[in-house]
Amino acid sequence: MNDTKTTASPRLDSKAPGGPIAERWDKHRFDLKLVAPANRRRFKVLVVGTGLAGASASASLAELGYDVTALCIHGSPRRAHSIAAQGGINAAKNYQNDGDSVYRLFYDTVKGGDFRARESNVHRLAQVSVNIIDQCVAQGVPFARDYGGMLDNRSFGGAQVSRTFYARGQTGQQLLLGAYSAMMRQVQAGRLRVMPERELLDVVKVDGIARGAMVRNLRTGELERFAADAVLLCTGGYGNVFYLSTNAKKSNVTASWRATKRGAFFANPCFTQIHPTCIPVSGDYQSKLTLMSESLRNDGRVWVPKAAGDKRPANQIPEDERDYYLERRYPSFGNLVPRDVASRAAKERCDAGFGVGPTGVAVYLDFLDAIARHGRATIEAKYGNLFQMYERITGDDPYTKPMRIYPAVHYTMGGLWVDYNLETTVPGLFALGEANFSDHGANRLGASALMQGLADGYFVIPYTIAGHLAGRSLQPVSTSHEAFDAAEADVRASVDRLMGIRGSRPADSFHRELGKVMWDQVGMSRTKAGLEDALVRIRGIREAFWGDLMIPGDARDLNMELETAGRVADFLEFAELFANDALTREESCGGHFREEHQTAEGEAKRDDENFCHASAWEYNGANKPFTEHREPLEFEYVHLTQRSYK
Amino acid sequence: MSANEHDETIDLTLKVWRQRSGGAPGQFETHEMKGVSVHSSFLEMMDVLNATLVRAGKEPVVFDHDCREGICGSCSMVINGQAHGAEPETATCQLHMRKFRSGETVFVEPWRADSFPVIRDLMVDRSAFDRVMSAGGYVSANTGSPPDANATPISREDSDQAMDAAACIGCGACVAACPNSSAMLFVGAKVSHLARLPQGQPERERRVVAMVQAMDSEGFGNCTNHYECSKACPKGIGVDVIAQLNRDYIKATVVRSN
Repeated sequence: MNDTKTTASPRLDSKAPGGPIAERWDKHRFDLKLVAPANRRRFKVLVVGTGLAGASASASLAELGYDVTALCIHGSPRRAHSIAAQGGINAAKNYQNDGDSVYRLFYDTVKGGDFRARESNVHRLAQVSVNIIDQCVAQGVPFARDYGGMLDNRSFGGAQVSRTFYARGQTGQQLLLGAYSAMMRQVQAGRLRVMPERELLDVVKVDGIARGAMVRNLRTGELERFAADAVLLCTGGYGNVFYLSTNAKKSNVTASWRATKRGAFFANPCFTQIHPTCIPVSGDYQSKLTLMSESLRNDGRVWVPKAAGDKRPANQIPEDERDYYLERRYPSFGNLVPRDVASRAAKERCDAGFGVGPTGVAVYLDFLDAIARHGRATIEAKYGNLFQMYERITGDDPYTKPMRIYPAVHYTMGGLWVDYNLETTVPGLFALGEANFSDHGANRLGASALMQGLADGYFVIPYTIAGHLAGRSLQPVSTSHEAFDAAEADVRASVDRLMGIRGSRPADSFHRELGKVMWDQVGMSRTKAGLEDALVRIRGIREAFWGDLMIPGDARDLNMELETAGRVADFLEFAELFANDALTREESCGGHFREEHQTAEGEAKRDDENFCHASAWEYNGANKPFTEHREPLEFEYVHLTQRSYK
Repeated sequence: MSANEHDETIDLTLKVWRQRSGGAPGQFETHEMKGVSVHSSFLEMMDVLNATLVRAGKEPVVFDHDCREGICGSCSMVINGQAHGAEPETATCQLHMRKFRSGETVFVEPWRADSFPVIRDLMVDRSAFDRVMSAGGYVSANTGSPPDANATPISREDSDQAMDAAACIGCGACVAACPNSSAMLFVGAKVSHLARLPQGQPERERRVVAMVQAMDSEGFGNCTNHYECSKACPKGIGVDVIAQLNRDYIKATVVRSN
């Protein structure tokens, strides 16, 4: 673990094809085995999660004729957290004639990811991006249009072209409803079963291959068995390990974590995206954080008082006593520096005592100049709905008072390690969307999450799953197989263990405590000493959890406290791997900033010599250290360069 | 009514509906909530109540929630007799405690409609909406090779109106607010969204008939023009979608059969 040289692990075969990058996906698709139409209904596919990745995969696979079952943690697939994405979806359509191309989107994504993603995967993502927009329009997704009836685009952080398609501030909602409606059509056709209110608690393997899952019916509390020929985890990211994040309350790491314990390697857990413009924490009752779209930085100016501890209201602080610190530090990009840079700069000012508002942990995002220059009507037309949302949550009017903002955890680039086929290190177990690690490297560009979720579900898995189904001779497995008996016994034992603690504290209280440690020491800015301290604290919270947790009610019944407790238990284990990954990666890149590794100007310093790899962690059993496996990353097309936004 | 600007906390008497299951009788349970931060959301106030209940070894109040930013449509509370409370265009999760007065008694109940049976306490089963959607709330377009997205221009007006209707979050407040438990705002929103777009035309008639049939068989009532649905809608969807639904339905049935 102390060896920092990148040597390829024989356990990680990326299966990325060679040859010219633009031809790789076509060639690979041709080389993959096919399942004949008449045979498809004999194959059972279990899709876990119904966000963009899961919904698009379930619908597409059912259309092809596979026998698909989709598990959904919500009451309806339409409530998955993809629904909350605001900004938009990138695609290399070049509708604006501004020089965009598949290659440029590929290039921007590799560079934006700070050179920690696999080139072959990113190029495929850029290639299929154009098909996604066509597909969504065909479903009736009401993207914004210009007066001529053509699709409109906006530009988004980290890109010099306009390639972001959007549906007001509700792009994720509209894309998810499109995929959901495609699912509902397959439900009607009898090719897809949706099982709502179900949570995966274990992956079941037979002869080393994923053949199903143990699932808890959240309505009744009963454990259920699902057998399948392939299992797709489309279960999202793990940002809620920080407790406070922009993720929905049900978002969790449980499916990925339990798969990790069954042999799927977990890659780059420390790559976390912190979004700079969120509504700050207002008190200890806070349950989540709300994102304010990145687009606000196009017109808003970020500042804090020049004097530390200045408690005057914003409008009483004269111009020459304000520090527009982004404009000062980054004169050419100013308020439009990328997400990670803007976030760290806000933290630096607040840590130094210049923060504003009652908590001192916020900075101003001020629109008064923009209103004076463009008029209130223009600003209202651009940001009216966002201003209204801000006012609803804070009670303050951003037309007359600057907004208060602070960074918050938003997205996680790490996830289950997958090869080019999106298959994890467990054969037959695939990971799609935010649940995998594959496309965004160490930092995700704005409007690329929706693109990746739908690319994986609509246009990648329908091909690559056939390689598994047709390529391996899968014997029929029923839910009475002894592997299910064993998995059920394990799940029941862990549920009983949680129920049996009978302490005094709700699960949520431990989760808050964990979140604070993660945010303070494993968040925006990390140090060796801080991470080592965090590891001790995480273990302490875990011990307290297993000694003093209280779950009222019965396990064989609807029991939301039990649901939360199971997820918190997993976060408490996962957090340790997360901190260890951050400790091992002795460099700064993208969403991972180690204070020991920065330039004289305080910018991230990457170490391509020693860390140009993905770290994939193998579980070795309870309380044993994980083994790190490294997949070296080669950059044949986009050459390694240092990012600069000065 | 809002809290005094300088008061950071308020005290409330909560009357919360508790019900074991759809078949069991329910009743209000009273909780005195002291020192509720005016900056907290309604659901955060409920979190505080639940943490107190759990610490006392009692079962917490079950309610549906997830995104807590007004878009997933999970949250569903009738607050002081109004679906999602009194604030216009605000889902329960975005309702903040500064909108309440100290000393106030606040009643919290589940959506009440036969088609949304109570699961427990404040949580109801809204799967009827999924069944109505599967009857026809889609465009039949397999994943594959659709035409280029710009092949068919769509006027900005049509596209904007489609988006207005498509903004529905499927929360069911329209049904909860309607004295007839009608789902016509929900169904009208989907029918109008797709009726505005060229992609929705080939299946337009079949869709409206199938969705209305499914809506009826789920036991939702009819619209008798109270317009409470639109008033309760957190996305402000207008009753014009019901007019569109009626027009399309008549065109597809009466006109067609003549």
